[in-house]
Amino acid sequence: MSEIKKFMFVNRKAPHGTIYALESLEVVLITAAFDQDVSLVFLDDGVYQLKKGQQTKGIETKNFSPAYRALEGYDIEKLYVEKESMEARGISEEDLLVDVTVLGRSEMGELMDQQDVVLSF
Amino acid sequence: MASIEVNGKTYETDEEGYLVNLADWNAEVANYIAQTEKINMTDQHWEVVNYLREYFEEYQIAPAVRVLTKAIGKKFGAEKGNSEYLYGLFPYGPGKQACKIAGLPKPTGCI
Amino acid sequence: MLHIINKSPLTNCSLDSCLRVAQRGDILLIEDAVYAATTGNAFEGRVREAMGRFRIHVLQPDIEARGFAGRLIEGVLPVDYSGFVELTTTNKTCQSWL
Repeated sequence: MSEIKKFMFVNRKAPHGTIYALESLEVVLITAAFDQDVSLVFLDDGVYQLKKGQQTKGIETKNFSPAYRALEGYDIEKLYVEKESMEARGISEEDLLVDVTVLGRSEMGELMDQQDVVLSF
Repeated sequence: MASIEVNGKTYETDEEGYLVNLADWNAEVANYIAQTEKINMTDQHWEVVNYLREYFEEYQIAPAVRVLTKAIGKKFGAEKGNSEYLYGLFPYGPGKQACKIAGLPKPTGCI
Repeated sequence: MLHIINKSPLTNCSLDSCLRVAQRGDILLIEDAVYAATTGNAFEGRVREAMGRFRIHVLQPDIEARGFAGRLIEGVLPVDYSGFVELTTTNKTCQSWL
């Protein structure tokens, strides 16, 4: 088996206005099949992706937010949210639909520097 | 748009035979789709199909085969949580065939 | 690590977020992000302050195209296309901030 690499997915877009969040989630679910060391980061408006209680019936799009709760079953357990991004949006951990690790901006930067591959969405 | 007819009722499908509307699904439709896949539905088949329905209800995605296998083993016993067992039930792939019978969309990135 | 930014800091927070989160390394400003490296723009102070921690590069053809070749903030390093490629190869990882 080949060497395990550290993959980081950086999510910075709100979930329904553009396709980035859904695309990122799909790539993450596929990447899970390759048994790599995967981290998901939520920065800026990306933290809105994890907001509880999203109801998309009225805008007639797929509500993909429940799928973040499936990540654990895919052995993707490293979810990081930047503290400053949450604070700027009036969001706390209780507002999020999954358990995450909250990191300050500089810890987040250090974590980013430790990766082998960083993918932005 | 393709369709299938079961007991005089028409159901919309895509060109590969997957139901277009999740809500259209019922046991008769499932049995009909199973027949087209040359599968005779047993209790063991239903365990998997019903589990897929529950999983989709909860997470709004169809699980990857690896994830399904693990979950089936956890729920119904280790002797069922392996690909030999699942491929035995669904020879053309539990992802593809069982999802179709369960009325779920075709799994994305299914390997 | 190389951080690539392609949006003006006056309409998009990518550069702001990059400077907030990243700790060190190279930053390359391309396309509309090159406005960040021009004197007199509202983001100039942030760029100057960041030069202590980062090497800040700007893609020369993009700055020329926008008529700001003569107004680069002192200390910002202009690169051509091959310099761009070199930055991506000398850094272990690279992130394009969308």
